Amino acid sequence: MVRLKSNLSVNIGKLKLKNPVMTASGTFGYGEEYAGFVDLNKLGAVVVKGLSLNPSRGNPTPRIVETPSGMLNAIGLQNIGIKAFIKDKLPFLKKYDTKVVVNFFGNAVKEYAEAARRLSGESGIHALEMNISCPNKQAGWIAFGTDPKVTFKVVSAVRKATPLPLIVKLSPNVTDIKIMAKAAEDAGADALSVINTITGMSINIKTRRPHLANITGGLSGPAIKPVAVRMVWECYKTASIPIIGMGGIITADDAIEFMLAGAAAVAVGTANFINPKATMDILKGITAFMSKEGINDVKRLIGGVEC
Amino acid sequence: MSKLFLASIKENKEIAGSHYILTLSPLTKTIKPQPGQFFMLSVSNGLDPLLKRPFSIFRVSEKHFQILYRVVGKATEILKNKKAGDVIEALGPLGNGFPRIKPNIKPILIAGGVGVAPLFALAESVKYKKPLFFLGARNKKELLCINELRKIRINPVIATDDGSAGLKGTVVDALSAFLTRHSSLVTRHCIYACGPKAMLRELSFLAGKFNIEAYGAFEENMACGVGACLGCMVNTKDGLRSVCKEGPVFPLGEILW
Ligand SMILES: Cc1cc2nc3c(=O)[nH]c(=O)nc-3n(C[C@H](O)[C@H](O)[C@H](O)COP(=O)(O)OP(=O)(O)OC[C@H]3O[C@@H](n4cnc5c(N)ncnc54)[C@H](O)[C@@H]3O)c2cc1C
Ligand SMILES: Cc1cc2nc3c(=O)[nH]c(=O)nc-3n(C[C@H](O)[C@H](O)[C@H](O)COP(=O)(O)O)c2cc1C
Ligand code: FES
Repeated sequence: MVRLKSNLSVNIGKLKLKNPVMTASGTFGYGEEYAGFVDLNKLGAVVVKGLSLNPSRGNPTPRIVETPSGMLNAIGLQNIGIKAFIKDKLPFLKKYDTKVVVNFFGNAVKEYAEAARRLSGESGIHALEMNISCPNKQAGWIAFGTDPKVTFKVVSAVRKATPLPLIVKLSPNVTDIKIMAKAAEDAGADALSVINTITGMSINIKTRRPHLANITGGLSGPAIKPVAVRMVWECYKTASIPIIGMGGIITADDAIEFMLAGAAAVAVGTANFINPKATMDILKGITAFMSKEGINDVKRLIGGVEC
Repeated sequence: MSKLFLASIKENKEIAGSHYILTLSPLTKTIKPQPGQFFMLSVSNGLDPLLKRPFSIFRVSEKHFQILYRVVGKATEILKNKKAGDVIEALGPLGNGFPRIKPNIKPILIAGGVGVAPLFALAESVKYKKPLFFLGARNKKELLCINELRKIRINPVIATDDGSAGLKGTVVDALSAFLTRHSSLVTRHCIYACGPKAMLRELSFLAGKFNIEAYGAFEENMACGVGACLGCMVNTKDGLRSVCKEGPVFPLGEILW
């Protein structure tokens, strides 16, 4: 019997990945933190912690608290800034045969565009993921990811500023994510990341104080998976650009579920904290599933849900 | 370097109300932890609790290592019911650990509550230096490890908040009284501490006043334990530092309170 090697490669627009398993921004540091556990060469892509033009301090602690089958975080986009990333972190990532996706944000349309421009000149950066959906920012900022007009404006500005594949990361904290997906696509996005964390809150009943210093935070982990799968499916039906699915992926089965809902690739977030080797276990599991089910090309899973 | 490994429980023994010593035997080769380093332990194979929990190394031997823990919530409630033979997953050793103690320096170890865990590890590794040990707790019942300390010939100075044992007051008060009495000697000392944040804060002022080098092991809520999530930061003169990777031990003089 001839056994065909299964094809794991997927395309996110112009970005070609050797397999669909990526890391989710903010959960994998700048790659080096997990290099002792994961062979970064085996990842479809490494997505780094969200960067801004200038370093940012983030929120006071406590910044994290566990909730049933999930966690709330209010890191507040602490980061070392684009300049330090390029100087201190990018050289390490360049040594690996994987795709480097830089997640970034700005505090104004101009800053988004300027950040994208700065990142676009660097070799070793293969795509940009634009974060318009952090729940831990002030009310004015939230409009980037919740008001389709503002989304269109900021994505259009970034589109003009970069020739790199542009992924827009959508917020689940909206009434209708389809409208947001469409706004990002119309503004020139090459792909969508779905979803960022869901705004939540948790209270210590003895002290009557919120567990997080920031009061509210973003919920991630298995608790959000069904919401995320639903939103990936909705975006898949609405937009014609590829989707990177994420939100509570712990196992290969979870990853496959996202692909069936319409994701062309998946990003693993909170699972890295529980099992630093989660991405590798998921990749192995996808391969095993494919050979068991007689699927020779992973792309055949994309949007395969029957309903 | 840290590793992800399975360990089987050899013993899980209650030593005082709500306090347990867990003895683990790793099923694969692991890296020997240093005092002040810690492990992240999983208490369930499922998704609840989801995250691993950090615990300091309390004692290390050839084949085992021990954790001293206090039951405070979900994960520790589950942990206390684990039996010998149960297998749990661990990640570590993590963090920097206490810095090496310089020659000609007499260590002063100071612990509040369950903060005694990493300091007992340190005391064992420097017992030949006859460290001074200040041990504090809320009350007599919560004083931990007195016998273990005496076995390694350390007779701790004791302080309790309610005065039910030793001096009435905090361990920092006790240390302050000692330093005032022995102020001519103090330059040859170095302080190593673990306990509630308020205690470390008081201690940093005291150490500053007497111009003594001082180190504290810090705690923050953690998710990853490897410096990736940025959940566990402390504010220092050098900017934000992660407790899990750049700590948990920091010079107290560096902390911005
Ligand atoms: C580097 C490091 C080393 C540590 N070493 C030890 C150790 O050696 N022994 C030990 O017993 N603990 C140690 N801790 C604390 C330990 O990690 C927590 O107590 C544990 O995570 C609580 O988990 P839980 O699910 O039982 O409680 P949760 O359900 O998470 O919390 C229950 C309640 O307990 C409170 N709580 C949580 N953590 C603490 C804490 N640290 N102190 C006081 N109250 C708390 C919470 O505010 C909450 O109200 C260490 C922490 C760090 C960061
Ligand atoms: C601690 C933490 C930090 C995060 N930081 C970022 C970030 O900087 N930028 C971003 O776009 N998303 C960030 N996210 C969101 C994740 O990338 C991901 O979208 C979300 O956590 C859902 O996936 P998960 O359930 O697998 O974690 C962060 C999530 C967590 C838990
Ligand atoms: S626990 Fe994640 S950075 Fe320290």
